[in-house]
Amino acid sequence: MAEFDDPSAVVAAARQTYEAGYRRINAYSPYPIEELSEAIGYHKNLVPLTVLVCGILGGLGGLALQIWTSAIAYPINIGGRPLISIPAFIPVTFECTVLLAAFGAFLGNLLMSGLPRPYHPVFNVPAFSRASQDRFFLCVKADDPKFNVTGTRAFLAGLGAKEVSDVEQ
Amino acid sequence: MADGIQKHEYVDPRPPVLGPGHDLRSVTSKIADIVFMRGFQKGWVFGFAVAFLGALMLFNTIAYLVLKGIGIWGNNIPVGWAFDIINFVWWIGIGHAGTLISAILLLLRQSWRNSINRFAEAMTLFAVACAGLFPALHTGRPWMDYYLFPLPNTMGMWPNFRSPLMWDVFAVSTYATVSALFWFLGLVPDFATMRDTAKHKWQKVIFGMLSMGWRGDARHWSRYETAYLLLAGLSTPLVLSVHTIVSFDFSIGIVPGWHATIFPPYFVAGAVYAGFAMVLTIGIPVRKFYHLEDFITVRHIRNMCKVMLTTGLIVCYGYALEAFFGWYSGNTYELFMMKNRMFGPYGYMYWLLILCNFLVPQLLWFKKMRDSLFWIFVVCMFINVGMWLERFVIIVMSLNRDFLPSSWRMYRPTVFDFSMFFGTIGFFLTLMFLFIRFVPMIPIFEIKVMLPEAKVDEHKVEELTKGKAPVGVTPVPQFGD
Repeated sequence: MAEFDDPSAVVAAARQTYEAGYRRINAYSPYPIEELSEAIGYHKNLVPLTVLVCGILGGLGGLALQIWTSAIAYPINIGGRPLISIPAFIPVTFECTVLLAAFGAFLGNLLMSGLPRPYHPVFNVPAFSRASQDRFFLCVKADDPKFNVTGTRAFLAGLGAKEVSDVEQ
Repeated sequence: MADGIQKHEYVDPRPPVLGPGHDLRSVTSKIADIVFMRGFQKGWVFGFAVAFLGALMLFNTIAYLVLKGIGIWGNNIPVGWAFDIINFVWWIGIGHAGTLISAILLLLRQSWRNSINRFAEAMTLFAVACAGLFPALHTGRPWMDYYLFPLPNTMGMWPNFRSPLMWDVFAVSTYATVSALFWFLGLVPDFATMRDTAKHKWQKVIFGMLSMGWRGDARHWSRYETAYLLLAGLSTPLVLSVHTIVSFDFSIGIVPGWHATIFPPYFVAGAVYAGFAMVLTIGIPVRKFYHLEDFITVRHIRNMCKVMLTTGLIVCYGYALEAFFGWYSGNTYELFMMKNRMFGPYGYMYWLLILCNFLVPQLLWFKKMRDSLFWIFVVCMFINVGMWLERFVIIVMSLNRDFLPSSWRMYRPTVFDFSMFFGTIGFFLTLMFLFIRFVPMIPIFEIKVMLPEAKVDEHKVEELTKGKAPVGVTPVPQFGD
């Protein structure tokens, strides 16, 4: 794992690592850097799809709940008005759509990232505590086909890393 | 930026959104130190104690209320909705600024919102909590409130989804839930920062649990950013829907003074108006007390004043239109309602409202006023009061004299109405005090994004990838400030 102190440096290093053929790489930064996730070859995430599916389910579920309760389970005849009164059902349908979509965004984001996960090997590197403050890290995983301890180490050091360390499993 | 401003660069004449001389390290420490400070400052303890007394007053009132019933309030027939619904709408409105700042301004790419959004969102949550208390207790038998939700029960009964009050239940509970998710999601990376800077083991454990093992992985950030943006996108229509639905509580009814099509936009604007006033009411003292002038700058305060001025004028347009509707409808009851509102027994409330919400805020047109924290604070207090009066005017004054003179009755609040209202203010402030002391009140990572040194310089990246520039000459951030 290589440590950098400049966002441009880590992005440059990440691009070079990717170009060198490494694929099982990870980068860490204290704030979101769009270029960084692009550089390690991560372009699309599934969060928007999850939100869409959850939203549609929420909307349909909310509407179905209202129709079922008002027309089937507990019909009340008020002056002969229609039991399935769609205009009056719109507010609750909308709220249910938003509620489920929001849960989709929140839980989808966390679960797809494998969180909550209190322990992770990268935390074993003492310097990593600064990954949430002012340092940037680039990590090549040992199961990468191109990985070999000395070669990868030398490669990362050659990218201008401040320090290169091994992550204990 | 070490190399200074280039010749051709456009120089923004407005004050900066971030004070000069900050780097990644100093931002972390400045914000985190408030939480990690040992002991408590005298000012905080005093403020918390006063607020907590208010909260205790609220708890006692609630206990007595549940014991005796809502007869201890001044509500009567025809004024069945009084302080409880006024306060409910007032609090919900205050909450709206939080979502507006965090969601709508995010979508509009107003980066100045970054330093005030967490704070405003917390305000939203606490305000909604206070708001929710009122209708829940107004049912009279709060232990039966689960009737409001569509839960299967042995009586085979279901709620009536055609009622605006039912819409309200869904709108407010969704709003509270989504705001909480949004707030917490924003806090996760900051909790990770707190975990990594904490000095004591127990702090590390607590913040570690809260951060859920966040480690700043680039893939996680990518998902996180998308999720955050989508939540903002969802919150935007949500916040508009909430106050629209709150206004439906009134406008769907046929009571003169309630049955107006202007209500939804007028209520939403009023909510934003009240909310920004409350953000400033709390923000100005906190900024001073914790020396956060670098993060909450003059620019923020000016912008907020302008938002208040705009929404305030929309609200006043609503007042004008209400009067116009009354006159133009030619309807006896509508005409009488307007006359009663202006010159009836509660007429002074109406004119106070015009003073607080229309006349005084016009001071914000003057640049001098927008630059004086004292006067802004004064104006905000007027708006806080004015927005409360607005709901009094709409609710009590429409109900107390409706169609039949034989059913007219004056409304007089009791001491419990007041102790409940002021109690919620105490409760709200208690939560605010706890929040600013124990949670990073300014989003650390979002401030970092705004730092010049945090930007990825494409030219530099290219040079580095080609191996032209020797790495290591990149300026190392200066630690300490």
